[in-house]
Amino acid sequence: MRTRISADAVRLLIPALSLTVLLAAVFWLQPRAMSYVGLNLLFNLAVPIALATIAQMLIMAVNDLDLSMGTFVSFVACVTATFLRDAPLLGVLILIGAIGVYALLGIVIHLRNLPSIVVTLGMSFVWAGLAVLLLPAPGGQAPDWVRALMTMKPPFAPIAIVASIVIAAVAHLIVMRSSLGVLIRGVGGNERSVERAGWSVLGARAAAYGLAGLFAVLAGIALVGLTTSADANIALRYTLLSIAGVILGGGEFIGGRVSPIGAVVGALTLTLAGSFLSFLRISPDWQIGAQGAILIVVLALRLVLNRIETREKRR
Amino acid sequence: MTGEMLKPVIAVTDARVSFGAVKALDGVTLSIMPGECVGLVGHNGAGKSTIVSVINGGLAPHEGSVSGEGETIARYGINAARARGVRCVFQELSLCPNLTIVENVRLMHRQLGGFGWRRRAKAVIEASLDAVFPGHGIESDRTVGELSIAERQMVEIAMAFSDAGIAPRLVILDEPTSSLDASLAEQMLVHVRRFVKAGGSVIFISHILHEILTTADRIVVMKDGRIVAARPAAAFSEHSLVEAMGSVVKGEARRRTARDLGAAPVVLEQAGRGLSFTARAGEIVGLAGLAGHGQTRMLMALHGANSSDWLPARDPAVTFVAGDRRLNGVFELWSILRNFSIASLGDMARGGFVRTGDEDARGAEWKKRIEIRTQDMTNRILSLSGGNQQKVLFARALATRAPVVLMDDPMRGVDVGTKQEVYEIVRQEAANGRTFVWYSTEMEEVCLCDRVYVFREGEIVAELAGDAVSEANILAASFEGAAA
Repeated sequence: MRTRISADAVRLLIPALSLTVLLAAVFWLQPRAMSYVGLNLLFNLAVPIALATIAQMLIMAVNDLDLSMGTFVSFVACVTATFLRDAPLLGVLILIGAIGVYALLGIVIHLRNLPSIVVTLGMSFVWAGLAVLLLPAPGGQAPDWVRALMTMKPPFAPIAIVASIVIAAVAHLIVMRSSLGVLIRGVGGNERSVERAGWSVLGARAAAYGLAGLFAVLAGIALVGLTTSADANIALRYTLLSIAGVILGGGEFIGGRVSPIGAVVGALTLTLAGSFLSFLRISPDWQIGAQGAILIVVLALRLVLNRIETREKRR
Repeated sequence: MTGEMLKPVIAVTDARVSFGAVKALDGVTLSIMPGECVGLVGHNGAGKSTIVSVINGGLAPHEGSVSGEGETIARYGINAARARGVRCVFQELSLCPNLTIVENVRLMHRQLGGFGWRRRAKAVIEASLDAVFPGHGIESDRTVGELSIAERQMVEIAMAFSDAGIAPRLVILDEPTSSLDASLAEQMLVHVRRFVKAGGSVIFISHILHEILTTADRIVVMKDGRIVAARPAAAFSEHSLVEAMGSVVKGEARRRTARDLGAAPVVLEQAGRGLSFTARAGEIVGLAGLAGHGQTRMLMALHGANSSDWLPARDPAVTFVAGDRRLNGVFELWSILRNFSIASLGDMARGGFVRTGDEDARGAEWKKRIEIRTQDMTNRILSLSGGNQQKVLFARALATRAPVVLMDDPMRGVDVGTKQEVYEIVRQEAANGRTFVWYSTEMEEVCLCDRVYVFREGEIVAELAGDAVSEANILAASFEGAAA
């Protein structure tokens, strides 16, 4: 019993711990952040990143990797700022089509036994091209309902926190509790045995990719809700941010080991790391490097804890 | 016992399967009656795995038909097989290591879905575990990856016998006891007999012949994709079974003649809890005892103490033959040659570049020497059968210049013929002065050793040498404390 708790807890402990430490540091540097508005400002950009991280996590759950996440979210943002506002029906159809394309990618990758990295890298240029066609220059406008949703002021906690909790809960329900989630993670863990039990691995992979597409679409919409307008390059960072978020949150590249709650916490941590560095008045030139350093520290911590755990197990 | 009224659960008629030029199945007809345990034995590549794949629906025979209850089933596949209660425990462990036991149950039983499946799955697997392995102590919400290899095998076996809507009617056990120690294996065999008595059917594949002889009602011997003998188990003896398999059998694995190695230099020493460990040049040292009592840890410690963590030594002191091929043995994507040469690349390289001519020559030499059954050493390693993969791992270790070879139960699930060939190689190499430290779960192998250390609860409790190396002595030492 004890080992089980520690194994699961360690996975969540590191992301939770690093988030707490960063948050404490930010509050110490800037006590005014410790308020409803302050928290919202700190975390609101984390909402689309958290959604994109969940999307990436679904792909990583089936042992694949999506390198088109950033351009896809940018494309969705462009669609949201143009079609979804001006011609909602067409906009919705385009987004549904995009999710369909994601599911199709899963099917093609499975059937032809292609490396997902290559396929999604290729697709990233397709999405980027489509986004530029839609919005050659920054512009467009967020649909009012999206704007209203993202600037909502719920009681007690700011929307950024509420949204993060909802995202984590929904993703946890789908990935960790539902049969479909078990199937998707099973494909990541041991594809052959899933096949031998009579399931369609093709279907599972298509479902994982389709769900990932859905979460990525939500990420794009949420992003435009915050920024009010879009740009073809608006979310390019998301590809690496989402991967880092999954890993930071206790996920692994292969083996179907993922944690949705951890992924959301990871996304929050990454966003907060940026704010923390600004509060430290580190020049933007150094920020990306410093962000990387934070990542390395956190991952090193996890490695150390893993080692302690295995040593204890052996004893 | 097979009355006229009974119809076979599954019958395969004149099945033929060929992979390229290789005929994996060459007209096999086999019917499994209810209430019957069929033992299936055969040499490596005899077609056992293929006939199992046909029966469990994973492979459609290119010719021939499959029928259930006397009716031919037109579209027989995995789902049709499962709907008829056909279950399979595979040779290599096949659970999802990242999922909990309960979640694995959910995957295995498709009809479990719907709200509250976790509760139902937990009930199903716990009932089955309790039935097959009373007192197992495995909690069903643990992640499979955290379980020991024996526990995983127990879960897998329990999973096959579990009933979640569709009762198991035919359970195929492919080397089910390979990771279990004697008492767990016995529990499983008792359950198999109980299951068969209640009207279920079992196909039992094992390389441990006395298990087959005592458990099966009927034994089917396969060779080269055909059934060469099928008789009631009582009509076979261990000897006649081996003879029917037609492999190169030199009778019982012959005990090596006692050699006096007292004068030979000590090459390995390791102090630990219990007795300390030493090995002399040219000696075959066995590590025995119940599975999981610290033998593997001893091998890892020996390897760790004699090799560097940072740089590969120019002249390695020890080399390792892994037991769990899939986990830490083969490079699945590499060719046979690459898998073979990886440990001795230093010897075949000059200035940091591999001389491919040398590599090919060495590969060809060892292919001949240990008879790796392949046309081309550049084929993928996975194109070989399990036994031949293991031979490649042996060749990898033996081709190095290391004077000490550590072996971590490397013969799991390897057929009798291959075993005999490897024993012979080990004997020759030992005569040439190599030292072998050999952990084995099979008594026959332990008895080949010059000297045996018996492990219990993580420490060496006994040292047996020469004529004292016998099954009775080893068992006595392994169980000594447990009985008191």
